[in-house]
Amino acid sequence: GDPLEAELSGFSVPLEHSFELDVAKFQSRGSLLLKTGREPSVSLTQNQLSEDDRSKLKEVAAVDGLYRIRVPRVSLQADRQTEWQMDGYLTAFVRACAMVESHLSDVITLHTDVSGYLIGVSIVTLPGACRGAEVEDEVDLEVYNTTLSIMAPVNAPPETALFLERMEQESEKKGKNPQEQKSFFAKYWMYIVPLVLFLMMSGAQDQSGGGAGGGAANGGGR
Amino acid sequence: AMAKLILLLLKLCILFFVVDAVFEDQVGKFDWRQQYVGKVRFSHFDTQLQSSKKVLVATESNVFAALNSRTGELFWRHVDKIGPEGNIDALLHHAQDAVLVVGNGRMLRSWDVNVGGLNWEMLLDTGSFRSACLVGQQGTVKHVAVLKKTVISVHYLSNGHQKWVENLPESETVDYQTVYSGGNGQVFVLGIVPHSHITIVVYSMEDGEIIKQVSVEAPWLSNIPASCAVVGQGTLMCVDSTTMSLNTLDLHQQLQMTQIPLQSLGLEVDPDFHPSLVSHQPNPAQKPLSEFFLQLGPERYLLLQLNNGQIVTLRDFKPVCNCFFIFHFLKDLSQINLAQLQPKATLGREVKLTLHVQAFLKKDDSVGYRVMVQTEDHTLTFIQQPGRVMWTREEALSDVVTMEMVDLPLTGTQAELEGEFGKKADGLLPMVLKRLSSQLIMLQAWIAHLWKLFYDARKPRSQVKNEVSIENLSRDEFNLQKMMVMVTSSGKLFGIDSKTGGILWKHYLDNVPKNAAFKLMVQRTTAHFPHPPQCTLLIKDKDTGLATLHVFNPIFGRKSQVTPPALPQPILQSLLLPLMDQDYAKVLLLVDNQYKVSAFPSTKNVLQQLQETASSIFFFLVDSSQGRLSGYRLRTDLSTEQVWEVVIPTEVQKIVSVKGKRPNEHVHSQGRVMGDRSVLYKYLNPNLLAVVTESTDVHQERSFIGILLIDGVTGRIIHEAVQRKARGPVHVVHSENWVVYEYWSTKSRRNEFSVIELYEGMELYNSTVFSSLDRPHAPQVLQQSYIFPSSISTMEATLTEKGITSRHLLIGLPSGGILSLPKMFLDPRRPEIISEQSREENLIPYSPELIIRTEWFINYNQTVGRVRGIHTAPSGLESTCLVVAYGLDIYQTRVYPSKQFDVLKDDYDYMLISSVLFALFFATMISKRLAEVKLLNRAWR
Repeated sequence: GDPLEAELSGFSVPLEHSFELDVAKFQSRGSLLLKTGREPSVSLTQNQLSEDDRSKLKEVAAVDGLYRIRVPRVSLQADRQTEWQMDGYLTAFVRACAMVESHLSDVITLHTDVSGYLIGVSIVTLPGACRGAEVEDEVDLEVYNTTLSIMAPVNAPPETALFLERMEQESEKKGKNPQEQKSFFAKYWMYIVPLVLFLMMSGAQDQSGGGAGGGAANGGGR
Repeated sequence: AMAKLILLLLKLCILFFVVDAVFEDQVGKFDWRQQYVGKVRFSHFDTQLQSSKKVLVATESNVFAALNSRTGELFWRHVDKIGPEGNIDALLHHAQDAVLVVGNGRMLRSWDVNVGGLNWEMLLDTGSFRSACLVGQQGTVKHVAVLKKTVISVHYLSNGHQKWVENLPESETVDYQTVYSGGNGQVFVLGIVPHSHITIVVYSMEDGEIIKQVSVEAPWLSNIPASCAVVGQGTLMCVDSTTMSLNTLDLHQQLQMTQIPLQSLGLEVDPDFHPSLVSHQPNPAQKPLSEFFLQLGPERYLLLQLNNGQIVTLRDFKPVCNCFFIFHFLKDLSQINLAQLQPKATLGREVKLTLHVQAFLKKDDSVGYRVMVQTEDHTLTFIQQPGRVMWTREEALSDVVTMEMVDLPLTGTQAELEGEFGKKADGLLPMVLKRLSSQLIMLQAWIAHLWKLFYDARKPRSQVKNEVSIENLSRDEFNLQKMMVMVTSSGKLFGIDSKTGGILWKHYLDNVPKNAAFKLMVQRTTAHFPHPPQCTLLIKDKDTGLATLHVFNPIFGRKSQVTPPALPQPILQSLLLPLMDQDYAKVLLLVDNQYKVSAFPSTKNVLQQLQETASSIFFFLVDSSQGRLSGYRLRTDLSTEQVWEVVIPTEVQKIVSVKGKRPNEHVHSQGRVMGDRSVLYKYLNPNLLAVVTESTDVHQERSFIGILLIDGVTGRIIHEAVQRKARGPVHVVHSENWVVYEYWSTKSRRNEFSVIELYEGMELYNSTVFSSLDRPHAPQVLQQSYIFPSSISTMEATLTEKGITSRHLLIGLPSGGILSLPKMFLDPRRPEIISEQSREENLIPYSPELIIRTEWFINYNQTVGRVRGIHTAPSGLESTCLVVAYGLDIYQTRVYPSKQFDVLKDDYDYMLISSVLFALFFATMISKRLAEVKLLNRAWR
């Protein structure tokens, strides 16, 4: 419909993170701009890591602490936003060392259910391993390099319709090709004729020989 | 192209459809079946002939069966629908007819007792069932009366046709509860207005006309069947527990109850006990007996007689047993002597009982008894006088909840000794001595074994008995014989020999709550001699969440000396870690509702190990009422912290099942070789969970099923799919890199299977070790669906020792068949268009239907009634998987998904092969000699 309206039908929710030595304490990392509608999309504006945060992150990474993120539970459907209430968060984590060693390169995925509710968030870093590599340059830990996506459930194939369609296509193809339309006898006459001849021959023998000989011939015929 | 196709199909046939069925002479060789009926609700002894051996039973599992009273075996059995639809309300028995009222009075059925055939079946009008009785006239029984809330109907016993039906007067105020007939052409309907009066309506048998309708004051009475009985010439006898008195009412004449205080009879009721009455009407065409029983205390029974309105005490039995009597067939109860029954002494334990007593007059006019005892633990015992147990049936096994298969110890004697070695030894010398002595015992056992072999070998084959008892339990060469530890809903545990089906031990837990959930875990296997194997059963009350642990030895069933920890808090989750304590017992972690973790065993060693590994111990919790899945990590102080959370809104869909993989599963090959010789690597995440949801909207156009694959450590949603226009019940199997689920397609109105397979791709991210924390790339997901021609009851995958053997799905069908469906047919890589590469890979071309082949039924004609679960266990042979299907029946067999590739055939010709070998050997010797001679000769030349 209206392009203006489509643009307007978006809203932003906070993306928060926490990396502490003891109890999790979430702080704002940025804000997610969620575009609702038929094909929801998401974009992210985020702050840089401050000097203090950088050193804290390295500290946490040194003791194999966790880097967590959370987003509020919301619905991406325009008509449901009135019911939107802050009834909890969806959380996920990576090891803080992975965050440091990947130089803040993370992949965040938001998952929705069929009706557009956010049901989960996941975060991984690229590369994902902690090899104990030192990150010397503080600049590497300043700016996030985030890949963001939103995923709705895929439709599982219940359909045998596709298969049937293909079968139909194939039979149509066959219909067009005259070579394929030959009858069974037309195609295999070279096998059938000798067989029939052979059977007839053995039958004749049977009649003339009779008795035990016939039995043997019969057996051979089969 | 056609010829090629035919050739291909032929090839396929040869490759895959090799008949995989049992030969006739193999029937019962590797498999066995046990049939059960469940907890008995009604019973009748067939008394047409003195020699009759039938006992008719109708059970709470909706089964109607005839048992052989000599052996306890089934003559025949009819299994009705599960749930209230098949519920048996009443069993009436006369001569060779047994009449059942089924499904809250919906169905009236008559069975022929002799052969178990159906005589007739009648659909009755709706209305909740109250009571039923046979109606006799002039000594013959020709009708059956069925009383419902508002109507009474009378049917012919011969064909079930309705003779008459009448509405009950004032049925909105009067609660009609009992129907009675004394054989004089009248039917008495007794109803009650609680705390006010009894209403008696007398109908004429001929036309259903009301002959009489009276009300009798009885403000203390609220339930007629519970406190009243009809005695003698038609006297209603009620016991009033508030005033402690008997109240009599002649149904034919009187209009008022006569109160007889128990004190005036010199009787006293035990405190806090509600006295009850038991009367007996041997023949529905005649009056009930004038003798009746009065129970005054849990173990105190009196035999009384009503004689011209006077009550006479005939006999005082005390103490007999804490039991409930149901009598069958005796003309004169006055001769009965309950003290002779002695069920307690015969059974040797103190349990609540129901006795079904058949008392009969012997030839010398003395009284004989046959007693069928139903105990609290659902055991059915048949006792013949004097106190001789004829047979027992463990009906608890008709409701197995969970089971495990445990390896047997190496020899029975070793296992016997285990108890002595259980304690810790300190110091080097005692350790050495202990080791030496245990070695000596092993040597001794081995020599004894050899001697036995030698001894048996001399005897003819038929005399060698292979009876398994707890003494000679030992593992066989290929570990094919195992101990099946079965947990039943009644709280009784069984140890069953998997080879023969014999019950080797049983243990009744008497404090199990009614709605308990069970989880059975093997903490220590038999591999750690001299430590005894150890199983732990977690029993959790579903309402309160409070749990108890029962720790026992799975081989002998004995309770372990290890004291399990007391669990004061409700338990949310339990997990068996691969960590072991110094006694080789795996550590069990229990998470309570404060998210605190306790370990069992909780020795210093264990706690230290837990502290070291705490940061890598993750677990998840599922709260399906809120749609919440959450992950936690263990802290070093055994507290926990939440690390992830996924919430599925309950307004849209609800979580119906969460399935992980089996921890003892091995996968042999990391990938699949493709047609072009490259390798497609499987995504083998041991922490993966398959979460199945069903939509709350049940409209057939909008209902759907959701499948979520979530990593249990990181909470990452690996894959999310919806199956639209589908609904449950969903059956899921999750193994290796695949998930198979079955659902009902509302659009096409059929059952469908769907398979999801996960692949990493052509390269492995990290081939040495899998870590959920370090697997950044999402796997490739392939999915395909198929049509299945039957609904299913349960589903499980085969399991083998090393995972080399191809996998089959074992599917329990409602028809009682167990189908072994090759996983090969459920493969999302089945191509729609056949190519050279797919042919190279042996992929079967896609076709939407899965066909049920009769040779895939592993239980041939041995149908398993109401199969509820299938348990698979690996054996020592890679080719062989042990299978136990349980439900109403138990069926055990072996399956060979890839045929017996590691076993020589039964008819293997050892003689031929050895003679050929010998001949070759000698031929080489001779030719060598000849060659030498020839060489020598040549050298001389």
